[in-house]
Amino acid sequence: MNRRENLKLLFTGSLASGIFMTGCGPEAPKETLHAPTIGEGTKWGRTPEELAENAALQEDVFFTEDEMKKLNYLVDVIIPKDETSGSASEAGVPDFIEFIVKDMPYYKTPMRGGLMWLDTEAQDRYGKAYMEASEDERIKIIDDIAYPDQAKPEMARGVKFFNTLRNLTSTGFFTSPEGFKDLDYKGNTPNVWKGIPDEVMAEHGFKLEEKYLPIYMDPDTRHTLAQWDEEGNLIG
Amino acid sequence: MSFQIKSPGEAYDVIIVGSGAGGGMASKILSEAGFSVAVVEAGGDFDPAKEEDRTQLRPPWESPRRGASTRNRPFGDFDAAIGGWDIDGEPYTRTEGTEFDWFRSRMVGGRTNHWGRISLRFGPNDFKRKSIDGLGDNWPIGYEDIKPYYDKVDQLIGVFGSKEGILNEPDGYFLPPPKPRLHELFIKKGADKMNVPVIPSRLSILTKPINNDRGACFFCNQCNRACQAYADFSSGTCLVKPAMKKGKVDLYTHAMVRKVTTDEKGLATGVSYISKVDMKEYKLKSRVVVLGASACESARIMLNSKSSNHPDGLGNGSGMVGRYLHDSTGSDRMGFIPDLLGRKKYNEDGVGGMHVYTPWWLDNSKLNFARGYHIEYWGGMSMPSYGFGFGMDTIRKYITDEFGKPSQNGGYGAGLKKDIRSYFGTMVGMSGRGESIPRYENYCEIDNNTVDKYGIPVLKFNYNWTDQEINQAKHMQDTFEEVLTNSGAVLMGEKAGPDSKYGLHAPGRIIHEVGTTRMGDNPNTSVLNSNCQAHECKNLFVVDGGPFVSQADKNPTWTILALAWRTSDFIVGEMKKKNI
Repeated sequence: MNRRENLKLLFTGSLASGIFMTGCGPEAPKETLHAPTIGEGTKWGRTPEELAENAALQEDVFFTEDEMKKLNYLVDVIIPKDETSGSASEAGVPDFIEFIVKDMPYYKTPMRGGLMWLDTEAQDRYGKAYMEASEDERIKIIDDIAYPDQAKPEMARGVKFFNTLRNLTSTGFFTSPEGFKDLDYKGNTPNVWKGIPDEVMAEHGFKLEEKYLPIYMDPDTRHTLAQWDEEGNLIG
Repeated sequence: MSFQIKSPGEAYDVIIVGSGAGGGMASKILSEAGFSVAVVEAGGDFDPAKEEDRTQLRPPWESPRRGASTRNRPFGDFDAAIGGWDIDGEPYTRTEGTEFDWFRSRMVGGRTNHWGRISLRFGPNDFKRKSIDGLGDNWPIGYEDIKPYYDKVDQLIGVFGSKEGILNEPDGYFLPPPKPRLHELFIKKGADKMNVPVIPSRLSILTKPINNDRGACFFCNQCNRACQAYADFSSGTCLVKPAMKKGKVDLYTHAMVRKVTTDEKGLATGVSYISKVDMKEYKLKSRVVVLGASACESARIMLNSKSSNHPDGLGNGSGMVGRYLHDSTGSDRMGFIPDLLGRKKYNEDGVGGMHVYTPWWLDNSKLNFARGYHIEYWGGMSMPSYGFGFGMDTIRKYITDEFGKPSQNGGYGAGLKKDIRSYFGTMVGMSGRGESIPRYENYCEIDNNTVDKYGIPVLKFNYNWTDQEINQAKHMQDTFEEVLTNSGAVLMGEKAGPDSKYGLHAPGRIIHEVGTTRMGDNPNTSVLNSNCQAHECKNLFVVDGGPFVSQADKNPTWTILALAWRTSDFIVGEMKKKNI
C-alpha cells in the first residue's frame, strides 16, 4: 500500500469513528472527527521521539578538547594501524565514545575520572600531565593497568578504567567500516545459503546427516511456489 | 481496496482490539467472510517494505550507538519492535516480593515484529497435562480439534522443518529447512554423545514462496528487523495488510482501548478508546468484540470494563480473569570453540534464527520437575554490533596463537587487535525455553492506585516461580554444560547456581505469557468456553495467548494463530446463524 492509500484509509477511519466523549467536562459531548496527523517517513524506522532523542544526544558535547586529545591517543594504543586495517582513531572511535557516554550516562563519570586518573598518576610519577609525558612514560603507566590478572592492587582504579576503554574502543572499531574490513566480514547482504563450504566441512571432519540431504533447501528450486500433497509432503 | 464510510455511531460487524498474531488472523478470516471489521491498534502503522520503515540490511554504523539497545528497543537499535518492558507513560506495578516484566510492542503487527519465528505445534500431550502429571488442568479441546487449523496455518503462512514422527512434536506442511551452520554441527557432535536430539528447526521463514504476495528468504539473518520481502511471518505484513487490501477493514492506529462497552443486557456493544494523537476519547460500535491485545492487555481491558451486569469486570463473574498467568521458563549458557579460532570467512548469515534445535527429549516421570523444555542454539559469524569485542579482560586468555600459546587477559595493541580478529565467530550459546506450571496464585489484577498517561488503571502483577521451574532450570544448566563440553567448547562465565535460581529469567522475560482468560467447560473456573467465547458475554471473544490453559515447552505463536482461526470460524458460523 502506498502512502496516498494509507492517508486515504486513515481519513476513512476518521469518518468511521464515533462520538467524542468529554469525560469530565460539564458541556454536552460534541462530535469530533478523529483524524490523526500522519508525519512523513523517518530514517530507518525511527519514531519521532527517537529522532529527537538522537539529535539531542548528537548536539550535546561531553568530552573537553583536552579529553578528546587524550582519547585519540589512547584508542590508537589499544587498536593501532597494522597491515590489515587502520587505527581506531582513523575509524572514528573517539566520536563513537563521545556519543555512547551520552547515550549511556553511567559511563560518564568513570570515563572522565579515568582520564583524570592518568593525569594524577603521571603527576605523581613524572611531575607532569599525562599527555606531556614521553611516549615511554605514557606506555609505562598503561602497562601497569592493561593486564588485570597481573596488575598491583593499588592500580585497581586504573585497571577498571582501562577495561572500560578497551571495551568501548574494540567495539567501536570492529563495528565500523574499517573493522568490518579487518574481520573480513562477509554477511549483511542478500544471498543464498547453500550450507557450509566443502573445504570447511573437510577441515573439521563433518558430514551432513544422510537422511536430511533430500529435504534441505535446494537453491535451484527455491523460487518455485510450494505445493504439498494431502499428507503434507512437499511436492513442488 | 474497499472503503466503508460510516456515519458516527454506525456499527461495524466486528471490532478487533490488537493487530498481533491473534488479531491479525481474526481480521483476515472475518473480513474474508464478508464482515466489516475495525482493527484497533495502540501503536502506529508499520510496513517494513516501505523504505522509511526499513532497518534491515543496515550495518552497525548506521546507528549512532552501533545497534545497542535502548529503552524502547531492548533487543537493539535495529530491532523492528517498538515498545519494550518499560514504556514511557504506560507503567505497571508488582506486589512486593513477586516479579514479572511485561513486554509490549506498540505498532501494527504487535510483538510478531520481534519474535524469533520459532513455530512449533503443541502436541497431543500438551493439551492434557493434568492427565499425565496431575498438575494444572487439561484443555477442553485436544490436538485433534486444532490440527486442521495448524495444517491451514502452515500453508497460509509457511514454516520450514523436517518430518520427524515424534508423538508430541507433530509434523506439519513444511518448507525445506536450511542446512546447518558450522557451530551447529559442533553442537550436534556434542549432543549426539549424550543422546540429546538435534533436528532441523521449525521457523516461519519462507525458504520457498507460498504465494505471489510474499518473497522468498534472501538469508540476511535479520528477521527481528522485519522483512522488506515479507519472507518471514509478521502479522502486519502477512495478515492485517492483506485483509485491508481485500476486505472491509478499517485500521485505527494510536488508539488505546480503555474498555469494552456493554448494554443493559450485559452484551458487548463496542469499545471506547483514547486517541494517542489528540488524547481524546472515542467510541466504536460493533455486533461482536474480539480481544487480541495480548494475554495481559486483554485481561486488563476486561477487568477495566465494569458495569452493573459485570461489576467485577466483563466476563469475570468467576474471578478468573488475570489468573493462571504463566510465561515460559528460560535459562542460558555460552561457550567458546577454540577449534574455530581464525576460521575461514564466508557469509554464514542464513535465516534469522537457528537452523537446528532440540525438542524436549526426556521422560519427566523420572525427573524432579514435571514439564520439559526445548533448546535454542546461537553463535557463529553473525554481524558484529555494540558489545562485540567486550570482555577481553576476562576471555582473552582462551585465545591462543598459532603455536597454541594463550594470550594474557587484557592488553592492548596489535596483539589485542589480532586476537579479536581471530576470535570472531567462535562463540556459541544455548537457551532453554520450558513449560511452567500454571497457578491460580500467579496473576495480574487492576492496580486501583495507578493510571497510565491515558488515565486507564494499570495492571499489578503477582507472580513467583516454584521449585518445579527452578529444578527445571538446574537441569538446563547441567545439560548445557555437558553439551558445550562435549562439543569441544570452553565454558564461559560461571555456572548459574541456586542464588540466581540457576539463571532462571524473571517471568515475562521470555515473552510467552499466556493463560489470563483461560478456556474451560466449567464457567466457575474458566473465562472462555472451548470456542474462546466469554462464558458470560456471548459476543465477546479472546484470540491472543489469554485462552491457553497451559503453555507447552513450545513458543505460543503458532497455537495463537491456529486458535484464532478456529475462533474466527466459530464467530462466522454464529453470526450467520444470528446467534450473536
